[in-house]
Amino acid sequence: MNILSILLAANIIGKDVTLPLPVPEWLLIVVLILMFLVHLLFINLMVGGTILSFFYEILGKKNKDYRTLAEEIGKTITVNKSLAVVMGVAPLLAINTLYTKFFYTANSLTGLVWILVVPLVIISFLLVYLHKYTFEVLETRHRLHLAILGGALAIFLFIPFIFLTNINLMLFPDKWSVVRGFWDALLMPTVFTRYFHFINASVAITGLFLVGYIGRKKYLYEDKFSNISRKELQRQFYKIAFYANIAQFIVGPINLLVLPCIGLKADTLFTIIGGAIIAIIPTYYLWKEIKGSTENVGRYFVRIVVFFSITVLFMGTGRHLYRANAVRPYQVEMKKNTDKYLAELKAVQQEAKAKADKEAKSGISGKALFESKCAMCHAPDRALVGPSVKEIVSIYKSNKEGMKNWINTPGKKRANSAQMPAFKGQFKDNEMEALVKYVLGDTER
Amino acid sequence: MDFPIFHLSLLGDRFLFVMIAILHTIINHGFAIGLVPIISIMEFKGFLHKNSEWDELAYKMMKVVFIITTTVGAATGVGIWFSASLVNPNSIASLIRVFFSAWLFEWVIFVSEVALVMFYFLTWKKWTLGLSKEKHFATGYFLSIFSWCTMAIIVAILGFMMDPGDWEQKRTFWYGFLNPIYLPQLAFRTFLALLLGGSVALFLIHAFTKRATEIRAKAVKFVSLWVLIVAPLALISGWWYWYCIPDLMKSHLSVALGTIQFQNWYKLIIQILVSGVILAVILALVQLFKPKFKYAIVFYAILVVWLSASLGVFERAREFVRKPYIIKNYMYANGYKVEDYPLLLKDGILKHADFISMKVITPDNKVEAGKNVFMLACAQCHTVNGLNSIRGNFNRMYGANKPWNRDAMHQYIRSMHNARTFMPPFPGNDKEIDALVTYFKVAQYSSDPEINVHGFNELSITKEQNKLLIDFMNRKDSVQKSIERKSTIH
Repeated sequence: MNILSILLAANIIGKDVTLPLPVPEWLLIVVLILMFLVHLLFINLMVGGTILSFFYEILGKKNKDYRTLAEEIGKTITVNKSLAVVMGVAPLLAINTLYTKFFYTANSLTGLVWILVVPLVIISFLLVYLHKYTFEVLETRHRLHLAILGGALAIFLFIPFIFLTNINLMLFPDKWSVVRGFWDALLMPTVFTRYFHFINASVAITGLFLVGYIGRKKYLYEDKFSNISRKELQRQFYKIAFYANIAQFIVGPINLLVLPCIGLKADTLFTIIGGAIIAIIPTYYLWKEIKGSTENVGRYFVRIVVFFSITVLFMGTGRHLYRANAVRPYQVEMKKNTDKYLAELKAVQQEAKAKADKEAKSGISGKALFESKCAMCHAPDRALVGPSVKEIVSIYKSNKEGMKNWINTPGKKRANSAQMPAFKGQFKDNEMEALVKYVLGDTER
Repeated sequence: MDFPIFHLSLLGDRFLFVMIAILHTIINHGFAIGLVPIISIMEFKGFLHKNSEWDELAYKMMKVVFIITTTVGAATGVGIWFSASLVNPNSIASLIRVFFSAWLFEWVIFVSEVALVMFYFLTWKKWTLGLSKEKHFATGYFLSIFSWCTMAIIVAILGFMMDPGDWEQKRTFWYGFLNPIYLPQLAFRTFLALLLGGSVALFLIHAFTKRATEIRAKAVKFVSLWVLIVAPLALISGWWYWYCIPDLMKSHLSVALGTIQFQNWYKLIIQILVSGVILAVILALVQLFKPKFKYAIVFYAILVVWLSASLGVFERAREFVRKPYIIKNYMYANGYKVEDYPLLLKDGILKHADFISMKVITPDNKVEAGKNVFMLACAQCHTVNGLNSIRGNFNRMYGANKPWNRDAMHQYIRSMHNARTFMPPFPGNDKEIDALVTYFKVAQYSSDPEINVHGFNELSITKEQNKLLIDFMNRKDSVQKSIERKSTIH
């Protein structure tokens, strides 16, 4: 990003919303960072759960325990997806408020695909339920049952592209004048690396979640599974989490490298690299869980979760810092544009007020009233929308009260023309008098 | 305008928003509020009479509530935000700053409601014995009351949005509760929801039970009685609401009491509601006296659709009360702020539109300029040829087969807000009205020319195309005029 493109984009960035923020900015930032992480956690569990459930159901054809496992994971998806939706509203409100111009512009530029999120979410959620409630009914129709989940999975794997495209497009106003719709914006390099980062995280987090889920004392493991022991299965989930996590150490740096350097200040880098270094600790314990003896599986669980949570907090903060840095130069330009606009506005408002005061003093004029409220439909000597003034005069010349009544509450007389709107409450008595007098020719035209 | 333009040329932008919002309301009222109390009473009946059939039927119905509310219900709730950011970003950007606390509060309620729905359904088959079954009823009743409370709060927020009062002078959101229409609106929504819930329940009972079984007869009798009790209450509260609306219109609309458009909506609510209630009552009576009635399920499907439609019309009329504003005295429905008008009237709206690079109107770019003006100032509510089209409106005013009169259109656009008081005043300058009229006139004879509405530094309609369109329009005008002249001579 060079100075020139910032200058060019300054034309595009335009003005900001002029109302002040409803709550202190720091509060919105805290809500945005924390609640977004909560939302993302459930999204990760929803997407990761669907991926794992899908593959375990394929394995389930040969091993009944895996089919049971696919069903057990399926039960968590439907709960996690509901929590993901409700938890998404708070960060959505916060980002709408904090980055109004940036976010809405990205939404609008990706238009129809952005709104497609709503029907896609509905369809995928319905498919997830259909899958969950047909484990018995479709037990013999293995492929059909798998295809239902496959449909939901395909949608779940697509929707993140829509969000990532929006969230990336909002950061780079220099792209706003160049992109042509969603598919074009999708091709920004950062979208794909962030996408794989997200999918990896989903699998890793779900693996870890499942270690805890089946490890609970209240979970009646032995009633459900017969071939694989609880500890073995836990170790399997640890492996999934471990390898997804190793992949993250590869995708992460690539992700960082392709990010336009506009947002990469020291604070962002330190936070993100700090998070990555902390992630080495739980990765080490994951390794020990995998390599240790079977009866000891699970003993480092709490530690792993705690350290990963710290990493996630660092990453979430780093992500926010990058965004804040990337949009800052534009926010500065936007503030200048807004101030300039408000200064121009102030000058004109004063002029307009002086003019309005002068008009208010000049008193009631039937002519002025007629011109502002009637003339667009009533011409002097030909029918326009309504009858001509000439015709009106011929009807009401000697019936002033009748004309007043008609203006207040008109009916419909002529089949071929539009009905006149009611003006009841719009004129004071003396204004009505002046208007009727003017129309009927009692005052000078 | 400070955001790029998103426009649906057939259905209109508002349609997208309204569809999502109404679908959300129907699910909320018909399932969460109206159906859950019936289900929890049915569950209790099963426990009381030691009849597992009641319990099983109630469970099946709750499964429907659970699935529908956590999929379509939840997604359309969030969808309201998504569509608002596309349809009228300017107004939602300001609304979010004005109503932030109210919406944050609403979100907390929303989270608890979703949690309760999941809790009630997912513990149904686990908490089955003795004390835990009692706990389960408690959850059901608690969910019913809680769902109703969410509506009671949201209706207050709606009231507040219809008239925020002078929020600049720090009037709080509790003003919503003092709104004169608050209680009648809440009562009306409550009983309409209970009636709609009863209809959905009857539909589901017919779907989930076999003909001539004892459980169907019992369940139908119970819910039919429910319908007979709430139907008159829906009518009475509807009448109360109807009776209070003129007061609201008087205090909220600075001008005429009920425009023609509003009155149409207003009458439609009563007609559709009264006929819906009568249908519900007749069906309930038929079911009570002739319980083995054959095609009942079809009639209940019709009833559900009918009552949902009356809810839709009601929401539409309620929205109308705000017009011509989106935030009273602060922002018009077109997204322009009242305080910005003096500058826009002088400079024009194109000059201050951030996403349109065309700033100066010339004879060579007039058609595209006109379309840009249309997108900025009119497209929030109107389309050219689709829903609520300017073609339809001008045809009604000037006649479908006559050339629309340029000067009359110009004068009309400048002062339409004086006669059609639900319309905001036109925000731009005279040059822009001139371009807009040219664009409308071109659209009267040619198909609506396509432009890239956020094309930066490029014209979609070339100088030559612009000339062709205008020449064609002038030729058509003169042909039409000569026909007209001949016909008046004869």
